Amino acid sequence: MAKRELIKRRLIEIAHARSGDKGDLVNIGLIARKPEDYPILVREVTADRVKQHFAGVCQGKVERFELPNLGALNFLLHEALDGGGTMALKADPQGKTYSTALLRMEIVVDGDAA
Amino acid sequence: MIRIANGQGFWGDSLEAPVDQIRRGPIDYLTLDYLAEVTMSILQKQRARDPQAGYARDFVDLIARVLPDLKDRRIRVIANAGGINPMGCRDAVLERAARQDLPLKVATVTGDDITDRLDQFLKRGIELKNMDTGEPLSAIRAQVERANVYFGAFPVAEALGLGAEIVITGRVADAALTLAPMIHEFGWKETDWDKLSAGIVAGHAIECGAQVTGGNCQVDWETIPDLADIGYPIVEAEPDGTFSVTKHSGTGGRVTVASVKEQLLYEIGDPTQYITPDCVADFTTVHLDQAGENRVRFSGIAGRPATNYYKVSISYTAGYKAMGSLVYTWPDAYRKARAADQILRQRLTRLGLRFDEIRTAFLGANGCHEIPAAEPTPEIEPHLPEVVLRVGVRSENRAAVDRFTREIAPLVLNGPPGVSGLGLGRPRVEEIVAFWPALIPKSEVRPEVAIWPSAS
Repeated sequence: MAKRELIKRRLIEIAHARSGDKGDLVNIGLIARKPEDYPILVREVTADRVKQHFAGVCQGKVERFELPNLGALNFLLHEALDGGGTMALKADPQGKTYSTALLRMEIVVDGDAA
Repeated sequence: MIRIANGQGFWGDSLEAPVDQIRRGPIDYLTLDYLAEVTMSILQKQRARDPQAGYARDFVDLIARVLPDLKDRRIRVIANAGGINPMGCRDAVLERAARQDLPLKVATVTGDDITDRLDQFLKRGIELKNMDTGEPLSAIRAQVERANVYFGAFPVAEALGLGAEIVITGRVADAALTLAPMIHEFGWKETDWDKLSAGIVAGHAIECGAQVTGGNCQVDWETIPDLADIGYPIVEAEPDGTFSVTKHSGTGGRVTVASVKEQLLYEIGDPTQYITPDCVADFTTVHLDQAGENRVRFSGIAGRPATNYYKVSISYTAGYKAMGSLVYTWPDAYRKARAADQILRQRLTRLGLRFDEIRTAFLGANGCHEIPAAEPTPEIEPHLPEVVLRVGVRSENRAAVDRFTREIAPLVLNGPPGVSGLGLGRPRVEEIVAFWPALIPKSEVRPEVAIWPSAS
């Protein structure tokens, strides 16, 4: 059996995403480009890692929900919009670009799978 | 099978999209979503100046433009264009129809506006607590502008049952606009939870217009054909609750499982509990198939009984804000922008101005993403060609915000070099209208459905 090699990948290589707002909360839907990569997302992209990735931006908790039927995860980032919507002074007051911000994340994948 | 199209994802969306939906292929129903949360407050300001205003005027112009087509093609229109004055919207539409000598049946769905009843509710112990923070409404009662309940699809279906060719609503859940014609055509009952949930998922899929047909889509975005002529979405619904999302042939864009997944995940919370006035849909039951080119089929959708509450959106004033921008250029664009930010903050402090918040974004460096992973590396940072410094302030005190707006332009001459004011002029002071989401027992409010001309 070939030696397993673990390599770093950016999330954008295996996933796509869309984000939006609800009050001071941002949701990010993270979708595997290929269904077979969904387990990698489940394993690598934990709520804790997402909270860490959005350090300084998400002040509250991060919740994660699984949608295996869509090969997707849904993240809720609490207190992530500087008060939310019309209160926010942010350049992205509706969290529309949090999707691509998440896709910057580096994850570890099996070299064979990559 | 019935075809339900969306021609407007928000007020301000393409003016041509609804016309294209009507003229470039077959549809039975056209749904139009005009009411973002902030829209109600804008409409209130308009109505304060003109008692006849307070609805989406674009909608009236649209109907006047396409009325002969609607008649020829027997297309019925459902729109939440009524805002805070659905009757005024109805009258304006009827007047424009009369000018064209075209008879028209227009129904309204009202009763969503509970602004004048808030004190009565509070007195009776209905606290209208903030769903996110738990605070009672009394905390901001004096600042409240409007309070509107989100109704479901059944009153809209009732309006269709009365023979309305156009249904104008106040606040109705966005997805309910799509579910309503299914209830009307297929005779779905208030306890058909799976079918109602299917209709809600269909509504969610198309309620943001072209965001499901290739707009804002990350998968192979550069190969998506002809975004300039992007087709808006159409649901082809079956009586058993299955449906397909597609678009008119000959239009641009792309409908794929990937584009649909992105939209399904847009602005949702717990996917097993998508709560609407009509049912609680479970997004983890949705099964998608690419059933053809630009056609995705949905099946398997299940849901649960509706809750005993309606959601209420309460808008209230929350102080003032302003945003100013300057662009700094190479070399050391980012360092200059950061230095200018510090200088500006020192001046604001020296002026004795206090703000609830001062916020800076450096566009071109990490202005939107703002996370550590997006920060430019020390190697590339000095070489960034240009960086926009964007500073915003927020305060209860309008004068402080106004004074801030006068401190941006001077930096061009009395701050770091190589800077342009972007030709924007002095920033505008804006009053902030914020939102207070709450719940109210369904028994406290009742939708009212009426049709003009009334039954003959």
